[in-house]
Amino acid sequence: MLKLERRPQPSRIWSLLTPLLAVLVTMVMGGILFAFLGKPPFEAIRVIFWDPLFSEFAFYYRPQLLVKGAPLVLIAIGLSLGFRAGIWNIGAEGQYIIGALCGAGVALALYPLEAWWIFPAMILAGAFGGMMWAMIPALLKVKFGTNEILVSLMLVYVAEKILASMSLGLMKNPEGHGFPGSRNLQQYASAHNGEIITGSGMHWGVAAALIAVIFAYVLLNRHLLGFQIRLTGEAPRAARFAGVNPARLVLFCLGVAGALAGMAGMFEVSGPAGQVSIDFNVGYGFTAIIVAFLGRLHPIGILLAGALMALTYIGGEIAQINLGLPAAAIQVFQGMLLFFLLALDMLTHFRLRLATRGAA
Amino acid sequence: MTGTLLNIDGLTKAYPGVVANDTVSFAIREGEVHALLGENGAGKSTLVKMIYGLVKPDSGTMTLRGDPYTPAEPRAARAAGVAMVFQHFSLFDALDVAENIALGMENPPAMRDLAARIREVSQNYGLPLDPQKRVGDLSAGERQRVEIIRCLLQSPRLLIMDEPTSVLTPQEVDILFQTLNKLRSEGVAILYISHKLEEIRTLCDAATILRLGKNVGTCVPRDTSARDMAEMMVGSALHVPERISNDLGDVLLQVTNLNAPAPSEFGTALRDISFSVRAGEVLGIGGVAGNGQDELLAALSGEARNGADAVRFKGDSIGRLGPDARRLRGLLCAPEERLGHAAAPDMSLTENALLTGLRREGLIAGGFLKWGAARQFAKRVIADFDVRTPGPDNAARSLSGGNLQKFVIGREVLQRPDVLVVNQPTWGVDASAAAAIWQALLDLAAKGAAVICISQDLDELMEISDRFAALNEGRLSPPRPAQGLSVEEIGLMMGGAHGMEVADV
Repeated sequence: MLKLERRPQPSRIWSLLTPLLAVLVTMVMGGILFAFLGKPPFEAIRVIFWDPLFSEFAFYYRPQLLVKGAPLVLIAIGLSLGFRAGIWNIGAEGQYIIGALCGAGVALALYPLEAWWIFPAMILAGAFGGMMWAMIPALLKVKFGTNEILVSLMLVYVAEKILASMSLGLMKNPEGHGFPGSRNLQQYASAHNGEIITGSGMHWGVAAALIAVIFAYVLLNRHLLGFQIRLTGEAPRAARFAGVNPARLVLFCLGVAGALAGMAGMFEVSGPAGQVSIDFNVGYGFTAIIVAFLGRLHPIGILLAGALMALTYIGGEIAQINLGLPAAAIQVFQGMLLFFLLALDMLTHFRLRLATRGAA
Repeated sequence: MTGTLLNIDGLTKAYPGVVANDTVSFAIREGEVHALLGENGAGKSTLVKMIYGLVKPDSGTMTLRGDPYTPAEPRAARAAGVAMVFQHFSLFDALDVAENIALGMENPPAMRDLAARIREVSQNYGLPLDPQKRVGDLSAGERQRVEIIRCLLQSPRLLIMDEPTSVLTPQEVDILFQTLNKLRSEGVAILYISHKLEEIRTLCDAATILRLGKNVGTCVPRDTSARDMAEMMVGSALHVPERISNDLGDVLLQVTNLNAPAPSEFGTALRDISFSVRAGEVLGIGGVAGNGQDELLAALSGEARNGADAVRFKGDSIGRLGPDARRLRGLLCAPEERLGHAAAPDMSLTENALLTGLRREGLIAGGFLKWGAARQFAKRVIADFDVRTPGPDNAARSLSGGNLQKFVIGREVLQRPDVLVVNQPTWGVDASAAAAIWQALLDLAAKGAAVICISQDLDELMEISDRFAALNEGRLSPPRPAQGLSVEEIGLMMGGAHGMEVADV
């Protein structure tokens, strides 16, 4: 009989090993799933994990990894700060949309003016917009004790409605022959979030994501605020005893998460997406939650997890095209990854042992 | 009634890294009050858990009235006539007394019959109790009655009581003892766990003493002095804290008409609390648990804010300041709950040293943490207060209760407070560690600090306090000099029997 025994303290080795183990188990279970769907399991796994990096068309897929991974990492870093402190912002998708609208709004308002300061102003506007959207659940929580999970999640749907209204109304391209969607910012030099190195996929959002990783690492490991965030998550009562102001922490964590999500939205709309359109958001804000947990809420882990998630996105697309795997199967596959990670997480806190039946 | 009720022979139980019980043997006779003595960690609770079917022994046998007794679970123990009153009550605040009792029964009778039974049994044993009262509104003493009556309804042959008097005033203890004496006269055996030696001397017929999991001797408590029993428990001569009478200095902390609403439905509101402490003085604050101890500590630490003038420190109004600002001025606190309040369980001792030492020990520069200095500070606490741990990188949760308590007290004492407030500083701490903590508090006072010790352990308060006050339903009695206070006076300050009726026994 197997028995769980609580470890005196969480195992460091297992906290590093479980994500790898979760990926392996997901591969096995995903392979079984694909086999049931009548697809060759080994080939499917190879297509998802190997082809984007090392196949003959990898030169095309590799930049895509950065394009997909950057917003995930940027959003997940912001979310992880709150998650560490027990503040559950589920509405990054909404903050992402509002950030994109604010950033694009600045550009569209100034069109066709060309100036160096337009792009920086768009970044600020994007961050500000996302932050303001996150301030709604934050202030409601601080003032009235509402649940930030519900409020932030509901605001995603509000943001989607605003996005639809904007792309059909206020931000619609006047020269677009009646088609929904804004002007294409890729064709507006001052506002275009282009590649820093041509062909690499490296746009300003990728740079911002890397900077965010470094800042988050320093914050959590060296700075008082990071210590307070971790303390609040570990033991809220001890945090108050230590002098942490819980309301300020809620405002900070939601504000930063909103600002980073807003920036991610703005980099997306002014770069890879190019224009504000009804379906411009593709769920990065929700996938980032998986990335944050897959990365153990640790900045470096999130960087790796973002890369892995981007890989399953790209690989999943290839598998859809080449093998005809349904899109839903790929989503199940990604869901499995989170499921196994959380399930195997137990191993960091408990140890398995074979129990001999106690002699009575 | 001299037959053997429960015979325990060679019980052994080992946990990873520690032998909790090592071939323990003794016998409980019918109708006897048998004391089980020992320091924390001596193996008392493991032993009674084995008797109550919560833990299975690795080896050894038990016989109940001559028949083999191997309870697989508490239900089997109860069926065999063994009942237990735990130190921590398992009651639901929002339900009434009868509902709580019904929840603990195998086949609860109809509510009306049960209420009648409760009334009858509680009157019979001198523990009057209204079955319709909500448990959340009961005092600690009354809650204990609920637990005892739940046991008595099963007509037990052996009643196990784990530190029953730790939550009672002296008057309430008297009532409880009358009940236990009546049970004894009816032939019920009682296994009585306590470390209050004078109580054991008045109540118990026999005592078994455990030390480090072994039975180190038995004695007849009436014929043995408390000091001898204590030394049997500890295994060496006891260190008695030395106190020198200090010259009292200026008033360091003054609390005037402090009021605070209850933080939750079942919390306690503080009402009109006023007191002051001077440099060099130890003020002991007694009272039964749940009478405002946590709330008072929160009001002093700054976790709960009050009117600016309600709390004055060296003449300055600090009532509106938060914990950090108060700490910086020299008002330090050590809360009762070690895991989760005084320390973060899963964080290392270094991180826990930062928790309160941040500013006074200069462990921060420009918002950035100085990990090296924090580690040094944690090491200093560990060394100076004899905290048994492999090092400062270990999680707080991995320490035993006593060791973590030494760490928490040491962390505050080493920051040279002007005023130190401690709540239950030696709760769950073994005798030698407790003596070390008392000595540290007395030394602090001798160096000119003021110490406020909130505690439910009257012996502790009498040991170290210069003045004594008691919390009762959120009110504080006027402090009186501790020397010369009689137990009766203390009991009355704590609220007497809390209006609990004494029925004829």
